[in-house]
Amino acid sequence: MSGPQTLFSKLWTSHEVTRRDDGTSLLWVDRHLVHEGSHHAFAKLQSRGMSVAAPDLTFGVVDHYAPTRSGEVASDIRRMIDTLGRNARAQGIRLFDLRDPGQGIVHVIGPEQGLTLPGLLINCGDSHTSTHGAFGALAFGVGATEVAHILATQTIWQRRPNTMRMTINGALGPAVTAKDLALHWISILGADGARGHAIEYAGPAIRAMSMEARLTLCNLSIEGGARLGLIAPDQQTFDYIKGRNFAPKGTDWERALQDWSALATDEGAAFDQEVTIDANDVAPTVTWGTSPEDALPITGRVPDPAIMSGAKGQHARASLDYMGLEPGMALDAISIDQVFIGSCTNGRIEDLRMAASVLKGRKAKVPGLVSPGSAAVKKQAEAEGLAQVFTQAGLEWAQSGCSMCVGMNGDRVKSGDRCASSTNRNFKGRQGRGARTHLMSPAMVAAAAVSGHLADVRPLLEGRT
Amino acid sequence: MSGWTEIKGRAVALAQSNIDTDQLIPARFMSAPRTDGYGDFLLHDVRQDDANHILNRYTNVDVLVTRRNFGSGSSREAAVYALVDFGIKAVLAPSFGDIFRSNAVNNGLLPAQLPEADIEDLIAAIGDDDVGATVDLSTSTVRIAGQELSFDLDPVWRKKLVNGWDDIDLTSQHNDGIQAFRAARFAAHPWALPTS
Ligand code: SF4
Repeated sequence: MSGPQTLFSKLWTSHEVTRRDDGTSLLWVDRHLVHEGSHHAFAKLQSRGMSVAAPDLTFGVVDHYAPTRSGEVASDIRRMIDTLGRNARAQGIRLFDLRDPGQGIVHVIGPEQGLTLPGLLINCGDSHTSTHGAFGALAFGVGATEVAHILATQTIWQRRPNTMRMTINGALGPAVTAKDLALHWISILGADGARGHAIEYAGPAIRAMSMEARLTLCNLSIEGGARLGLIAPDQQTFDYIKGRNFAPKGTDWERALQDWSALATDEGAAFDQEVTIDANDVAPTVTWGTSPEDALPITGRVPDPAIMSGAKGQHARASLDYMGLEPGMALDAISIDQVFIGSCTNGRIEDLRMAASVLKGRKAKVPGLVSPGSAAVKKQAEAEGLAQVFTQAGLEWAQSGCSMCVGMNGDRVKSGDRCASSTNRNFKGRQGRGARTHLMSPAMVAAAAVSGHLADVRPLLEGRT
Repeated sequence: MSGWTEIKGRAVALAQSNIDTDQLIPARFMSAPRTDGYGDFLLHDVRQDDANHILNRYTNVDVLVTRRNFGSGSSREAAVYALVDFGIKAVLAPSFGDIFRSNAVNNGLLPAQLPEADIEDLIAAIGDDDVGATVDLSTSTVRIAGQELSFDLDPVWRKKLVNGWDDIDLTSQHNDGIQAFRAARFAAHPWALPTS
């Protein structure tokens, strides 16, 4: 095949070790990232008496169970962290453990350490592995059996997904972020709208985005059901990578730039689906229900299940029941109990800067937790004075980790409490049993914090950024 | 893992869409070793909050009929362990989370995709009861509530389910090819090896 190719097709082909008659490909894995949750996979490997095939391409990090506040660590959490440490040592895997200056959430430290590069295939036993696609890498999450397979063989069997190009025209308005854009398209297409697809994000609004914003957008691809998200690398991508810890250096760097410049969709290449979104249509967006597709502009109202059809109406009714909301309520009238800023979606330095610009000189009306996405982000935020802004506003400044995104480390929202959160999932019980989560951008979380209810951040930022 | 070709058992309907993996197994149970059994964790919080939950009233369930986007969300394979350890061998739904589907097949659980209209008919027919169901992988059909329906199933996945195959065994025959691929890749693209 020598016709025009999509970026996805180039990446796929260049990693194909072999293809079976049925069309399933065996793909080479350039980077395999593991975390505490990978214990099932290591156990499987051990039960077969096998060892890790490519420890030089495998990297471990403590993030899902990482304690982010001081105090005693529960024994089952300690055990999870120790198990990863033991497996990493036994297999000769580089581990970013709790005291490592490179520690952080796996999808934050990949780019930060220069492990995430254009043209690579990256796997991790975590659905938000789609994040790394922001660099033009083929990156997707896998389950424990597949993690064990990659550990054992450094390859993965995959059926080729369909392709979708999502072209984002126009420009995002002030205080409107990649998070709002993602919630916007998921609310239109549905939480399974991109199921079975690899999305390539393209268009002027994508070119104008920072690497941080692109990471946020690709991160949320999975919430729209996509297998992965992709953005063709450009000068901004290269500038971000240059000089990072594990990034190529010297002549390798020159070779890399040459190879990377070919990583774009050719003129005329066909996609299975084309979607076009106008960035000018996107407002600061919040979720009202228990699926990321339950999202609306902050200026909207809680929908009425009575006027929704069949299964949709039933889903909305169950969501509102769980969320403790009434149909027709103005979204900005929903009062909150606490806030959380962090996660692999919105725990990078730019996210913290944006939230701090809202919080500066203001007091939060509710308690809240800020957990930077990595130890490096934490250090930088402290150097820039952002940490002080958070604490002066009355929020708690914690260590880095997955924290209240998933609550595995004990940072949880109490049952029945309502949290404005910069995370990625508003599923029932995600942030703790009975917890009520409203997803939004970090700036919108900050706006909610100083207002005590969901609020439009735009007036609060006027004259500030 | 042993494979299967046909199951004859009981089916119930869970009339909800978007049942995500966080509901299927709350995160706090995931540090348990698999040998403990994950069946009690299945939809743990939902079941505890609702004594009348269909999976509280019926615990001998082989087939689950449910709405779209089942198993969406996290890649946690523990969600599949919870279903399998509860005794469930097939889930019928209009759509599944992509990672969930492959996790399911890797653990002998059939994710059978059926048209939304068929699922709605089944949910209406089954209601709050349990009914007999027969799932046949060789013909990709399910007989349930007086109907015979066929589902979509990837032929490789069928083979894996029937034989209880493990991919690692399948892949070992490609070992030489993998080694050659690695050498060629890093020779042509030396930058792709991590430095430092
Ligand atoms: S921050 Fe949340 S979504 Fe991201 S890797 Fe951690 S648990 Fe997963």
